[in-house]
Amino acid sequence: MKEYLLMLVGCLLVNNYVMCQFLGICPFLGVSKKFDTALGMGLAVTFVMTLASCITWLVEHYMLIPLDLTYLRTIAFILVIAVLVQLVEMALKKLSYSLYQALGVYLPLITTNCAVLGVAVLNSNNEYGLLQSTLSGCFSALGFTLSLLLFSCIRERLEMSDMPKWMEGFPGALIAAGLMAVSFMGFSGLIG
Amino acid sequence: MAEKKNTFWNAFLNGLLFENPTFVLMVGMCPTLAVTTAASNAIGMGLSTTVVLVCSNLFISLLRNMISDKIRIPAFIVVIASFVTMVEMALKAYLPDLSATLGLYIPLIVVNCIIFARAESFAFKNGPVLALGDGLGMGFGFTLAITILASIREIFGAGTIFGLSIMGEGYKPMSLLTAPAGGFLTLGILLILVNLGRKKVDAWSKARKEAEAV
Amino acid sequence: MQKNLTVTSSPHLRSSRSTKSIMQEVCLALAPAGIAGVVLFGWQALAIILTSVLSCVLSEYFFQRLNHKKILIGDWSAVVTGLLLAYNIPANAPLWIPLIGGIIAIVLVKQLFGGLGGNFMNPALTARAILFVSWSGIMSNYPATRFMTDATTSGTPLVQIAAGENIAIRDLLLGNCGGVLGETCKIAILLGGLYLLIRGIADWRIPVCFIGSAFVCYLIQDGFQVAVLEILSGGLLLGAFFMATDYVTCPMSGSGRVIMGVGCGILLFVIRSYATYIEGCSFAILFMNVMTPLIDRFTAGRLFGEVKTRG
Repeated sequence: MKEYLLMLVGCLLVNNYVMCQFLGICPFLGVSKKFDTALGMGLAVTFVMTLASCITWLVEHYMLIPLDLTYLRTIAFILVIAVLVQLVEMALKKLSYSLYQALGVYLPLITTNCAVLGVAVLNSNNEYGLLQSTLSGCFSALGFTLSLLLFSCIRERLEMSDMPKWMEGFPGALIAAGLMAVSFMGFSGLIG
Repeated sequence: MAEKKNTFWNAFLNGLLFENPTFVLMVGMCPTLAVTTAASNAIGMGLSTTVVLVCSNLFISLLRNMISDKIRIPAFIVVIASFVTMVEMALKAYLPDLSATLGLYIPLIVVNCIIFARAESFAFKNGPVLALGDGLGMGFGFTLAITILASIREIFGAGTIFGLSIMGEGYKPMSLLTAPAGGFLTLGILLILVNLGRKKVDAWSKARKEAEAV
Repeated sequence: MQKNLTVTSSPHLRSSRSTKSIMQEVCLALAPAGIAGVVLFGWQALAIILTSVLSCVLSEYFFQRLNHKKILIGDWSAVVTGLLLAYNIPANAPLWIPLIGGIIAIVLVKQLFGGLGGNFMNPALTARAILFVSWSGIMSNYPATRFMTDATTSGTPLVQIAAGENIAIRDLLLGNCGGVLGETCKIAILLGGLYLLIRGIADWRIPVCFIGSAFVCYLIQDGFQVAVLEILSGGLLLGAFFMATDYVTCPMSGSGRVIMGVGCGILLFVIRSYATYIEGCSFAILFMNVMTPLIDRFTAGRLFGEVKTRG
């Protein structure tokens, strides 16, 4: 139990995918203008990442390794993820159309969210078991969601401040993210 | 530029400068920030990405009439992932050191938005020559941008460039710059400079055009 | 459509007071700690304070000048930032440290985001953290005070507590211990802090919850004696009274401030006990600064009785 708790803290704060490992930067910068979309994106990513780490594990251990096809790992993983995203997209369309509309173009982009493929590859590199892989996917995604939510609130606040013209948009977002990453550095060394 | 977009060199220059993937389109941020702690890593990453981008652009452009619209995204993914796998294996075999430092980020070339975006918005709509030019331009533009970023981070963050010490004994490197936070900050500041520079250039060319018109 | 945004632009001052008068009072409250720093560490401390304040004020001036903005150095906020930054630097640091720190604090953290009220993190603290991460050798090399007999440099009390050494509470209160310029003399900080609380400039909730929750954490883990020592060591008091209470970067509502205080206390305990950087106070406050807009979103809204509609 303690092991998993440490893993949770590690994924949320110490090795946060966005702030410390540069995974998932594109949606982090792209979908963080509003809290509600950030929340939706975070939840969608969490769902996809948890499922993806579970299924990629199964694919690797029951297909790639027995068939001696591990060199196809990258292709297999990305295909699994692409299919999953399609399913999530269809499910969302049926279940919550407003959320589907809000996430709009970004849903297909989860496929190219490197955090999703990243967690699958990392799980396989670290030779995690099934439960460990699934949890690491879920926790890392929660870490991603956390930083996305924090950042979206900061950006909503920055909307109202009198920033110089040339700071608006990407430069401002990047510098705000940089300062945010400084605050995450305090956690370094917390685990292991 | 819309009226003269259809030659190889224009596609190339467009990718390298006018629509530089890092500074203008601002795609592919993850590798941009992650591998730019040292200039040599950046070049390695940039060139690997370029190889994948050129191959996938060419391939997709050649196959564009055979791939139906509905399955184009899975098709792109398979094409890109295959080339990434080849690059991954080649690097592991011939440049094991680089492969070890770049680690996770090599398989992640698959999900580099630049490659996907070019496949979708350029290669799928244009002929192979143009797609080749676009791939080369975008690839070199990406390499150039991340190498600049990495050089700044390496020089000020570690006092070295390509591993050579250049800042002298007394210089105290600002190690923040090689930390993740430094990546965001350096790129942010660089973008401000690029944007200000572009505004100057735009104003200048506009003034020149007006002068010509008169 | 902006109805669900309850974030209003900072700083949230009371109408009877101007930014300037508040900032001047904060400077006054900071004075005892600065004087104590100069007494404890000698003239070098004064040089650091002056460099830092000058660097902040001049950065603000030139930035606003170059961007054709109204020049607001007369509101004293840059002076407060300069003082706080100086208090977070060891007295024997070279002078380019406060110089660079001041530029980072004012330009990078504050002015780029629109000046006073636009920044979402405390400028002085962020600059300190950046300096600390960049030049950790210089920033964690603490000089001995002039009243120490045996040592030239010393570890902070935090290191000594961790090593199980015995330290006198009297030394901690008077500031006769290793540490950055303005954090060692606890009596001077308490004096200034109480002044801020009595004058109603700082909200009591933040320091009380901050110190209280840190105390409880240590009490549970290490017992009463260590808890008292830990509270009196490092940057905790300075941070709790002067930095966590920054109007711009702390939550707006009372309940939000309680959350902020408790969060700071717990994070401080966790970082000090388990992380690499033993001085947890800065990072604890910075992280809660980052959390502040989120906290505001969920506390300030309820305070005004707004009903969140589903979008």
